[in-house]
Amino acid sequence: MEKIAYRPETLTKTPFTYCPGCLHGVAHRLIAEAVDEQGLVNQMTGVAPVGCSVFAYKFFNFDMAQAAHGRAPAVATGMKRARPDMHVFTYQGDGDLAAIGTAEIVHAANRGEHISVFFVNNAIYGMTGGQMAPTTLPEMKTTTSPYGRKTDDIGFPIRVSELLATLIAPYYIERVSLLSPADILKAKKAVSKAIQYNKEGRGFTFVEFISTCPTNWGIDPLKSREWAKENMLPFFKLGCLRDKGEGVE
Amino acid sequence: MAKILMKGNEAVAEAAIRSGCRLYFAYPITPQSELIEYMARMMPKVNGTFLQAESEVSAINMVYGAAGCGKRVMTSSSSPGISLKMEGISYIAGAELPCVIVNVQRGGPGLGDIQPAQGDYFQATKGGGHGDYRLIVMAPSSVQEFADMASEAFDLADKYRNPVMILADGMLGQMMEPVEFKPSRSDEEIAEMWRQHESWCVCPNEDGDKKHHHEINSLEIDPQVLEKHVNDLYQKYGVIEKNEVRYEEFNVSDDNEILCVAWGTASRIVKSAINELKAAGKSVGLIRPINVWPYPYEAVAKAIGPKVKKVYVFELNTGQMLDDVKIAVNGKVPVDFWGKVGGIVFTPAEIQAKLEECF
Repeated sequence: MEKIAYRPETLTKTPFTYCPGCLHGVAHRLIAEAVDEQGLVNQMTGVAPVGCSVFAYKFFNFDMAQAAHGRAPAVATGMKRARPDMHVFTYQGDGDLAAIGTAEIVHAANRGEHISVFFVNNAIYGMTGGQMAPTTLPEMKTTTSPYGRKTDDIGFPIRVSELLATLIAPYYIERVSLLSPADILKAKKAVSKAIQYNKEGRGFTFVEFISTCPTNWGIDPLKSREWAKENMLPFFKLGCLRDKGEGVE
Repeated sequence: MAKILMKGNEAVAEAAIRSGCRLYFAYPITPQSELIEYMARMMPKVNGTFLQAESEVSAINMVYGAAGCGKRVMTSSSSPGISLKMEGISYIAGAELPCVIVNVQRGGPGLGDIQPAQGDYFQATKGGGHGDYRLIVMAPSSVQEFADMASEAFDLADKYRNPVMILADGMLGQMMEPVEFKPSRSDEEIAEMWRQHESWCVCPNEDGDKKHHHEINSLEIDPQVLEKHVNDLYQKYGVIEKNEVRYEEFNVSDDNEILCVAWGTASRIVKSAINELKAAGKSVGLIRPINVWPYPYEAVAKAIGPKVKKVYVFELNTGQMLDDVKIAVNGKVPVDFWGKVGGIVFTPAEIQAKLEECF
């Protein structure tokens, strides 16, 4: 009998620490499947961030490092420069990457560092309990924007993919979503492409996942996906912003 | 090998490369710029990595990544930049990674100035970053010693899997002195040093079989596990305290009426003053800690001879090592202090005058 559903080899048996309905598990699985399919488990290494996915170093079955808040692209740079024969990725949330780690991500991208960055954008800080993120939408309520995000006070959400696409060096930048089965299949293609380009030594690759946070949004898992489709996708438009392999500049 | 006249900043860089350092990440800052510039010129010639980071914060995190791969890696900066590195240094200590950090100290606090100072003693020896950790801290007092410490620092870092800081200052970084280098380590020796770390570091599975899941990490969310980790670290620090105390005795004898304690650049000036006094028949000894952590408490206590009226501490700060000397002396004799700050370096005549007041 053919086994069609199984746990990817490159995920450890450690249970995920995520809330019910969280999509981090989906994103982890996409990465693990791509690593499995491309046979890279022996050469792959990843960097976990600070945030809900802080324990990602326990979940992937290859060597992993855990980085200080926002510093994953710098840590990955050090690893890739030390071991050019290994393939290095970072996995980061929106507080980690787009607030405290802004300098690290911009400069790693600008150097065309040969790493992959997987960026999970759910418009909120999860681990610390639902505070405002740099990607929190206008008027969205969080524990540190209890009256809604006021753009005249704290500015607008940062579109990180578009920001990085102003740089010349990045090889591949795409924004995908985890909000529906169809979108997850598209996300899988983007993850596979990023890892393949990484394997081929093409340069800096970046995939942004639009995701949810049922717990801190206070919306049940299924409805939170609908909420994200209605509210996040108009602001964070899905699509490929750069793919030098396909002539998208 | 013949001696070469070289700046301290360049000598330490050359010695680091010779000892097998093949990755260097840093950000420009005065008065250590010759170090980063030397690395920019020389690293490509040994197929090493030189990378000018976007900040000191990024540079130390690149060090974390490279050290996590078991390679000899170094960063350098001067006081304000070292403050920025403190977050990463705490993580490196927590994750038990070997690396070398050079601090070419300048005047502080804040932006301070760019002249030589010793104001980072507390930061280097008592913490600086968050949490319970220790750095091994080496304090050179000549260009030759600055260079020699590069390979010693890497050996200590590898031996204990602990970050090592070389705590120099703008004087040692900028001045030129004759220096003799040890021969370069061969590529085979360097590869062997890296292989020693393969039991724990991030590395590929060479023969294709998945055998290991190494984690480079300082996070232990379970309090009992973290308690054990910190206690294990402290056991390691205890071994370092036992094995790695280093100091120099200068003119120490039972005739001493004054015992001086000074480190780094300050100690050279104190030595000149002691020589002048010796010629005038006045006996003054000096203990110079070479490693300022672990600190030579016993050596200071033992050097207090029968005629010593006072222990005199001289530093280019407001009295930071002074606390350690007081612990060592433990009330046996009075401890006095004189220092200069603001990047102003005292002269031998000034020290001599201070010491003469004691006779």
